[in-house]
Amino acid sequence: MTARTLRGAAALVGVADAASPTGELDSHGRALEAAMVHEALADAGLTLDDVDGVAYAGMAGGFAEYLGVRPTYLDGTMVGGSSYELHVEHAAAAIAAGLCDVVVGVYASTPRSDRRRPNAMPRGMPPGPNPAFEWELPYGLRLPMGAYALAASRHMAVYGTTSEQLAQIAVDTRRWASLNPRARFQDPITVDDVLASPMIASPLHLLDCCLVTDGAGAFVLTSAERAADLRRPPVYVLGAATGGTHQAITEMPDLTVTGGAVSGPAAFAMAGVKHDDVDLLMAYDSFTITALLHLEDLGFCPKGEGGAFVEDGKLGPGGALPMNTNGGGLSYTHPGMYGMFLLVEAVRQLRGEAGDRQIDRHDVAVAHGSGGVLSTMGTVVLGTEATL
Amino acid sequence: MSESERTPDGPRADAGARRPAGGPRSSPRGIEPPVTELSAPFWDATRDERFLLPWSTAREVPMWFPREVDPADPGQPIEWREASGEGTVYAVSVHHKPGPGRDPADGPYAVALVDLAEGVRMMANVVGCPPDEVAVGAAVRLVWQPLSDGRNLPQFTPV
Repeated sequence: MTARTLRGAAALVGVADAASPTGELDSHGRALEAAMVHEALADAGLTLDDVDGVAYAGMAGGFAEYLGVRPTYLDGTMVGGSSYELHVEHAAAAIAAGLCDVVVGVYASTPRSDRRRPNAMPRGMPPGPNPAFEWELPYGLRLPMGAYALAASRHMAVYGTTSEQLAQIAVDTRRWASLNPRARFQDPITVDDVLASPMIASPLHLLDCCLVTDGAGAFVLTSAERAADLRRPPVYVLGAATGGTHQAITEMPDLTVTGGAVSGPAAFAMAGVKHDDVDLLMAYDSFTITALLHLEDLGFCPKGEGGAFVEDGKLGPGGALPMNTNGGGLSYTHPGMYGMFLLVEAVRQLRGEAGDRQIDRHDVAVAHGSGGVLSTMGTVVLGTEATL
Repeated sequence: MSESERTPDGPRADAGARRPAGGPRSSPRGIEPPVTELSAPFWDATRDERFLLPWSTAREVPMWFPREVDPADPGQPIEWREASGEGTVYAVSVHHKPGPGRDPADGPYAVALVDLAEGVRMMANVVGCPPDEVAVGAAVRLVWQPLSDGRNLPQFTPV
């Protein structure tokens, strides 16, 4: 098996997402999930009858049942926010291996409007052994921000990264959000605004942290062969890889190095792309430090130099490395597991459908998801037909 | 009151000193850790203020989090051995918004990862000093915080 097995074998052919400046959606639960699947299939020019694979971060069989699909391929991978990048990786491999033909993946979560919904599913820790109960929570660790704050603390101590540098990421992400009419927050902010916002868990301020909003999305992935005949220009999976390092933050081997240092190079090698080839980076920004670690671990700059790398505003509109053009988890939407929105925005940009925020060059995009507390990274390199 | 205007003293500054024998136990704050089958020896020892780490007898290394068996050699028993209680702050975050079970009125507190001299890393609060003064790289030593059932929770304080 070569390192480039999956390159160009499968393509994203339909996407959908839902978000609102109010932070709330009218629909929720299965109805919202089904609406997203319907929209993504319509975008592709396909119907439920075409679907033989279902990816769902949880009990995939239950969702297939709801749709009335009898799948030959189910993926219930649940690793937190990067689940959707892993779903694309696994589905591309399954399609390449002939296990299935059309896979739908979906996500919907409405934590904001659920506050008014007495019968909403209870939220809480998943069942099973969880050492964090015994060895972390008694110390008042606030999740998820406490874990990321520890990583930021370590990065600052080892590399001299500053709060101002982290704040620049929030500032540039907000500049993108100001071009997205569906973004939760669209008013510009400054580095001083970030530093003046309340300290939540040092060194992270409120504006270093992602939102809590309703949101939903879906994708349709199929074989390159089938993609060629569908409604929209296919967005090919050029490379995909996973890197897991731990589950609880106490067990993270080095708080300044994520599994992206494994998944990134592997996905780039499979895709045969270099960093200069990347027109768009969609890098999960649960917190500003999360995005900074991604930049380093994916190799856009050397380890430890992320702070200096972002300082000049190169991540914002007109910059050298457009990142999180939808406004990110920091300003667009963050319903809990944001990885779906990385894929949806990457597809829209590569198709040239991103409206006011459309980037000029748009052939290669990287969707890089982070799940858990910097625990499981999923990198997906996407490209237009021109990249095949 | 904004988060940043709170008193810099942590909620557990009083836990910085060893509890005098027979003295009063402070009332518990926050979530008390459950005892699991695999960690019972650890918690039992804390009643006598003994700090144990589980060691792989096959590899002669300590493990954390505790495991029932050595995953590298599940047939070999693990052994609980007393640890030095000396460590170094690996990372620290002062929590201004409290985590689960914490009373906001108690103010900010320092959540740290501490590298123990034995070579494993554990989470703890660094107590006995203003939380903002806890620095990465600082030397710390074990102190005990009484729990409501006679167990003690390991914490650390600057040396």
